[in-house]
This record gives sequence, structure tokens and C-alpha cells, in this order.
Amino acid sequence: MTNPQGAAVVLTDVTKSFAGHRALDGVNLAVEPGEFIALLGPSGCGKTTALRALAGLENVDAGSIHIDGKDATDAPANKRDLGMVFQSYSLFPHMTAAENVEFGLRMRRVGAEDRRRRAAAALKMVGLDGHSDRYSHEQSGGQQQRVALARALVTEPRVLLLDEPLSALDAKVRVQLRDEIRRIQTELGITTIFVTHDQEEALAVADRVAVMRDGRIEQIGTPEELYRRPATPFVAQFVGLSNRVAGTVEGDTVLVLGQRLPLLEPSTTPDGPASVLIRPEDITLAAPDSSDAGLLRGRVLSTSFLGSLRRSQIQLADGTVLAVQHPVRDDPAPGAEVALALARVPVAVADTDTDTDTANVAVESSQS
Amino acid sequence: MSRTAPSIGAAPSRVTRGLILGIIGALFAIPIIAMIEFSLRDGLAGGYTLSHWTSLVDPASVAKYRSLTTGLGNSLLLAVVTVGIVLLLLLPTMILVQLRFPRLRRVLEFICIIPITVPAIVLVVGLAPVYRFIGSIFGSSIWTLAFAYGITVLPYAYRTLASNLGALDAITLSEAARSLGAGWPSVLWRVLLPNLRRGILAASFISVAVVLGEYTIASLLSRQNLQTAILLISKSDPYVAVIFALLSLLLVFLLLLVIGKVGTRRPGARSSKPSSKPDLTQGVAS
Repeated sequence: MTNPQGAAVVLTDVTKSFAGHRALDGVNLAVEPGEFIALLGPSGCGKTTALRALAGLENVDAGSIHIDGKDATDAPANKRDLGMVFQSYSLFPHMTAAENVEFGLRMRRVGAEDRRRRAAAALKMVGLDGHSDRYSHEQSGGQQQRVALARALVTEPRVLLLDEPLSALDAKVRVQLRDEIRRIQTELGITTIFVTHDQEEALAVADRVAVMRDGRIEQIGTPEELYRRPATPFVAQFVGLSNRVAGTVEGDTVLVLGQRLPLLEPSTTPDGPASVLIRPEDITLAAPDSSDAGLLRGRVLSTSFLGSLRRSQIQLADGTVLAVQHPVRDDPAPGAEVALALARVPVAVADTDTDTDTANVAVESSQS
Repeated sequence: MSRTAPSIGAAPSRVTRGLILGIIGALFAIPIIAMIEFSLRDGLAGGYTLSHWTSLVDPASVAKYRSLTTGLGNSLLLAVVTVGIVLLLLLPTMILVQLRFPRLRRVLEFICIIPITVPAIVLVVGLAPVYRFIGSIFGSSIWTLAFAYGITVLPYAYRTLASNLGALDAITLSEAARSLGAGWPSVLWRVLLPNLRRGILAASFISVAVVLGEYTIASLLSRQNLQTAILLISKSDPYVAVIFALLSLLLVFLLLLVIGKVGTRRPGARSSKPSSKPDLTQGVAS
């Protein structure tokens, strides 16, 4: 989605090091006007550094940053005309909500009457009309982040930067504010760059998601592209949940759990042993009395109710444990014998010795 | 645990609290009461009189107490210059270290705490040659003593400002202000200083209190301030010396009272009402 009201942002070969550690290692990113981009990645991957470099809060060692076609690499933060919402509550404690929102306008020497009118409109836009005289200590975390959002938007900046603005909020408010940010962004058509480590958040709101790792962008694409066609094993593991199962690559297929599945990226995958990444939703429960020889047989270890779906841990005869996602109405009891069917969809593979530091988001199958 | 079992770290009982408060209160009150009592004595005649107090406002005594008024004036001037040094030198340094050089925080803290570990007499021995040099540039004006006082108040002013600065997320606030278009002067003037108001006031008042009570450095460097004047006058009129000592104590007490009041006030406290406001954490207005 693009909108002519926003500004294009281009980062070219941006590099930044801190005390010998390369936080950004040649980041290239092109954001269309009006686009909503999420920078997603684990802690320390460089996503916040990239955002801060764009905001002018960090100087870059090499590379260039262009905003709206103009080189802003060396422009000071206060001259970039960007709006930013921070992870920690950043309202000025000695000012009311209205004074906070008016601050950017005051810096631009907007007249008092116009300031008040625009601040009131901004507060109304984020659902806080009537809260203009509240100080930050009189507001909840969600309200403070709304005021911060209004403050960032009231100056009609060229780009809106959001640095994990929801991470300090509780789950319910996080979802509400996330949807609200998306609504406002769509209404205003402002180019928005949103940093998060929460993949659900990124997939839910962004037009495109850039997955970062070790200071580089691993893949950038629509949420569906990232989920369905991850370019690297890291992306496959980081975006969504995956079972890691031992298999053998042969040509453009992989032999796994006695079945042959097509590879997502056959051209870049050498033959030999590999860890196959299978999504929990690509494994379905079948009737245990089915006589289909292609089915896998296993025993239910545990099952979890997740609201709209259920996820179960199934142990196969060879000891492999698989996570399976299935409808809530299927409620296999722990210990029950079940049959599983693998969907014949292309799968990603990782080297068998791939670092599993992202195992927190991957479902690691185990061999007993 | 049984109900009567003694618990380690429990609050002392009311009686113990009262006892502690009484002993400490007496420790402070007895000398003050004694000073008041002494200032009311009617010399060798016995009995009590207010004549020593009233003589302070007697025009005929102006010449007699000139050294005191001069000392008081000098001390007030020194207090102003010392506060100026704290606010113009220490405060910007602390803000700069907090925002740009956080690794230097420990070094700065160490440097600022050092004066409290050095006895005043030792400090003077070190400062004497420095003041010979200062004297050749600025002369022997009383205000130059503020350079030395700027050092002696460092530990107190630093701790007060550091505690306020530490409670403030200065980095995020300044970054937020800059992202909204504020230059560094605006960040300092409109965002950081208003939020450091309590620390600044407390550091200023404590500096004033320290300067008003300082004797050793002024005496050994042959300068006249309130304390040296009090000592001088006590040789000819001990009653007035004690009255001035009492008044300076009262002034310091009032300053500390103001620090306490300022320190507990929050912006918006006047407008906080019982919560009739909707909590948007529970619902989104759309």
C-alpha cells in the first residue's frame, strides 16, 4: 500500500559499530511513500540501531540515508522532520498531555491558537480527548503511549518511527493500540517504520516485514511471503513456529519421516543430511484407525488450548516429537494413539549444525 | 511462625521509636535551648532580658556590629557565587556526562565525593598557594573564596543533583525532544531543567547552608565571613554572637524545610482528583 503523502526512505549500505561490535552491517532498505514497514528480529540484531540511525540519534560509520530523495545522512535529529515513539514512556513529566503534544509545534513556532487546536485534534485522533490536562503520572501506560503517538503525529512528519512502542504494555492494550496505530497510519498515509521483536505484531500490521539478523536484513517481503516462502532457514525459524526434523536432501526433494517433500529453495540446498523445518499447521491429525500406509503413527504427549486452535505434542515411534496444530474440536487425550498426515508443501531446510539460538520461536523436535 | 515470634528487620515498636526520637531530638534541642537561654541572660545582674535581642535593631549599635553585618553580607555573596558555580559548572557537566559520556559517571562521582574525605585544614594547606595565584589575578576580594567553597559543596550538590538526574530518563527525554525538532538549548531549557528543578533547588539550598556555616577555610585564608565575624564578636559580646549563631541555624533550618516541601511536590498534584477518569487500558475509544 502506498500513499503520496508519505516520504520515501532509502538506506544504502548503512554500517554502524559499537566498540568493535558491528551493529549494522551494510543495511539496504527502500521504503515506499506511505508504506508500513516492520523491522523484525531477535534482540541485538540491529533493528533499533537502524531506526535510531534513521532518526539521527546515532551517527552511521558508512552508507547513506535518504529521506524524500534528499541526503539526510548527516542531518541532526531535530532537522529531519520525523516523528518518533519510543519503547519507554517518553512524555515530558512536567507537561500535561496537551503541552506534550504541543511541544513539537512550539519548536516550529506555530501560533498558540493553532497549537491548541491541532493538539486537541491529535489527542482526539488517538482517543484521548478530555485528557488534555493530565500529567504523565496520572495516565496509564497505554494512555501515555497514545499521547506519545499524538505528539509524534501532530507535526505531520514525513516519516513515523516506532521503536517497540507496545512492548511495555499488557497484552490486551498492546493488541488494541497496535490496531489503532495501523488505522491511523492508513488514514494519514504516513510512511511508517515499526521496530519489534514480536513476529505476530509485525505480521499483523505491516505491509512488508524486514527480518534482521546480525546487523543485516535477511529477507524483506510481505508477511505472507515471509511465512510461506522464507528465503533462509533463519527466517523460516524466526517467523512462525517450525518443527526441526532430521532428513536427507536428494535433488529438489527432501526425504523426511519416510516421505518425500519438495524443497522451497532446491537450487541453494546441497544434497545430504539436513534439518527439515515443518510448520505445525502442515501436519494434520487423521483418524487413528485409518489404514493409509502414508500416515505417521504416534502418541499424544500433551495438548494446549490456544483459543482459536489447539496445539499438541505427538511422539512418533522412533522418538521424534512433533508439534501439530489442529482445530479446537479435535481434543486428543494425552496418551492416545493418533495418526498424522504431512501436507505435501515445499519445506525449508537448515544445516544440521545450524545454531539454534532462535529455538525460542522454533518447535524443536527431539529424538529420544 | 508464631504470632509472638520476634522477626528480624521488623519495624521498632512505638515506644522504641519514641525513645529514639526523644534521644536524638534532645541531642539537637539541648544546645539550642541552652543558646536561647544564654542569649536571654541579663549579664552578671542575673535574671532574663530581651535587651540583647533588641540591641540588634538599635541604630546606636550599628557600628558595634559592623563586622557581623559585613560577615553576613560576605557570606551571602559567597553563597550566591558558590550556587552560581554549582549551577553553571557542575550541573551542565553532570548533564553532559549523563547524556553523552555515561562511562565517565563513576569518575565524576569519585571526583565530586573526594572533598568530603579531605579535612578542611588539609584543603586550606593545598589551597593557600592557589590563592596566592588567584590573588595576583583577581585580588583578595571576598568572592574569590567561592572557588574553594565550590569544591567543598561538591559532594552535597553532586549527590542531590545525581539523585534527581538518576530518577529521570534524561536520554530518552532529550531524544524525544530532539526528534520533535528541539535543538540542544531547547532540550536543556524546556525539558531537562524543569524536571531537575527539585534537584537544582535542593543543591542550591544545601550549598547556601554549607557556605553560611563555613569557618575554617575563611579563617585560615584570612577572609571575613559570617562565622569568623561571629567568633570575633563573641570576644566582645558573647550574647550577640550566640544570637547570630541561632539566627543562622534558623535560616538553614528554613532552607531545609523549603527543600523538603519542594522535594515532595509533583506537577499536577494540585489538580489530582479522585479518579472519575476512564481507564483506557481497559477500553479503546475509537
